Amino acid sequence: MKDFVLEFEKPIVELEKKIAEMQELSAGGEVDISDEIGLLRKKADTLRKEVFSNLNRWQRVQLARHPRRPYTLDYIKLVADRFQELHGDRSFRDDHAIVAGLATIDGTDLVIVGHQKGRGTKDNLFRNFGMPHPEGYRKALRVMRLAEKYDRPVVTLIDTPGAYPGLGAEERGQAEAIARNLFEMSRLRVPILAVVIGEGGSGGALAIGIADRVLMLEHAIYSVISPEGCASILYRDATQAPKAADAMKVTAPDLLEFGIVDELVPEAFGGAHRDREQTAANVKTAILTRLAELREIPLPSLLEQRVEKFGEIGVFDE
Amino acid sequence: MTKWFKREKDNLQSAQKRDVPEGVWIKCPACEAVLYSRKLERNWHVCPECGHHMRMEAPRYIDLLADHGTWSEFNEQLKSLDPLGFKDSKRYVDRVAGSMKKTGRNEAVTTGTCAIDRHPVVLAVMDFKFLGGSVGSVVGEKIARAIDRSLELKHGLVIVSCSGGMRMQEGIISLMQMAKTSARLTRLADAKVPFISVLTDPTTGGTTASFSMLGDVNIAEPGALIGFAGPRVIKQTIGQDLPEGFQRSEFLLDTGFLDQVVPRRELKSRISEFLTWMNGRGS
Repeated sequence: MKDFVLEFEKPIVELEKKIAEMQELSAGGEVDISDEIGLLRKKADTLRKEVFSNLNRWQRVQLARHPRRPYTLDYIKLVADRFQELHGDRSFRDDHAIVAGLATIDGTDLVIVGHQKGRGTKDNLFRNFGMPHPEGYRKALRVMRLAEKYDRPVVTLIDTPGAYPGLGAEERGQAEAIARNLFEMSRLRVPILAVVIGEGGSGGALAIGIADRVLMLEHAIYSVISPEGCASILYRDATQAPKAADAMKVTAPDLLEFGIVDELVPEAFGGAHRDREQTAANVKTAILTRLAELREIPLPSLLEQRVEKFGEIGVFDE
Repeated sequence: MTKWFKREKDNLQSAQKRDVPEGVWIKCPACEAVLYSRKLERNWHVCPECGHHMRMEAPRYIDLLADHGTWSEFNEQLKSLDPLGFKDSKRYVDRVAGSMKKTGRNEAVTTGTCAIDRHPVVLAVMDFKFLGGSVGSVVGEKIARAIDRSLELKHGLVIVSCSGGMRMQEGIISLMQMAKTSARLTRLADAKVPFISVLTDPTTGGTTASFSMLGDVNIAEPGALIGFAGPRVIKQTIGQDLPEGFQRSEFLLDTGFLDQVVPRRELKSRISEFLTWMNGRGS
């Protein structure tokens, strides 16, 4: 997992390895190869620029799902001064696919709610691959109500393949839990900011995605159904997922163009996983800027505008 | 569990097979009784032998629920566009055109005003025959406008759901219809206007996970498939067969997500009962 490299990242990573080796050699001090190293660096830079300025949609999907990509807890660690996680929905159990808690960022108290994927098999089983059950969404709503009570804004971090499609999830009302969140978030009496940090998987993502502003990391995706799911229904073949990703237009630039998201937050060059600190710093700036902006809007207008924001989405002929 | 809501085959693509052609004999998919189609239609597409509820199109629901001569449709002119330029084996625009031809209607939901037992209401009826009742921009907008009308007139809202979920041919725009409709419903709730949600076979995906589950009361017809994930997806995920009656109306009543299971013939009087209470005795 630590060395996981995507196919299209390989040539770049190989060059970088070579540079590192040469640096080690040159540190030995026998021969001066700094010119060669400089040349290779330039080459690596050019290559990266080339690859990353021409990413196709499927490559972006892969980046959004990159196993080394920072997850909710990574961002919390990097952006928050303090964080106290709160557990449980007070009704059934604690869902580890959703993290929620009381945070302070740069002196601003707020609530953070986010999907949490795992790293490695064991952790992923614990986190259920970031796919929440109804109790996860109910925990999220419970903690958002605390934000409302204490008049603190809510920041949600979206990163899930989708809500879990299982027996228990259906028994405990997956649909109702999602619907309830859409409804209650629409009238929550504090500012809400949503940031899609990785995978925005359908209703399971939207269930914490109703917000006054929706931001999206540069290489994140957001879609009505997973490309694999779409492909298996429409082309009867899940391996046609790249084609489905193209057809559904699931990338951050697509969503910006459709007016679904308000802003793209730049990632470190080569993707968030290449420099977590840099990416987190960008996320932090975006959060603070947007929260300051939302604080200026009187609550009645804020609530009115929130309903209108989603009300305006739709393309039809009349 | 009783036998009549058990489906023989776990096959969701059965819409076309279930259409009732004019003047022929058809077999009830539950009890295999052979029925004359006219008779079946007169019985609101409920098998007279075993009570199995077959799918029924939007105009028939309007006949069933609306007082005679009170129905007035609105926003029927809204038509789908193709925001993504979507194409699989067929172009999306052709699929829509095909559904329009097949159903004689412009979209998967029909909205209007009418009276139900003299209670004035705004009524929206979804239609599985139109692209699986999937929710795209037009369905989302028509539901949102039905909510607005309901709010404006202070007349209760009744939505009859029948939908496989969001329409993937409109991508993320269709997902956002869940947000659009649910957000709009908060205004109805805050204004204390009644909303009765009627779930029919099938109601799944984002439809269930938005307006369909948000009624003041949620009622369903017997034996309807209701859930978030479809049975096939769950089966694939867990790698085993689903228990009998799983995700059927009676199961949801049992697990606490429906207020009542109501036979089709009693829908009108039951909705009327609710509205009488909600609107207060004077109305």
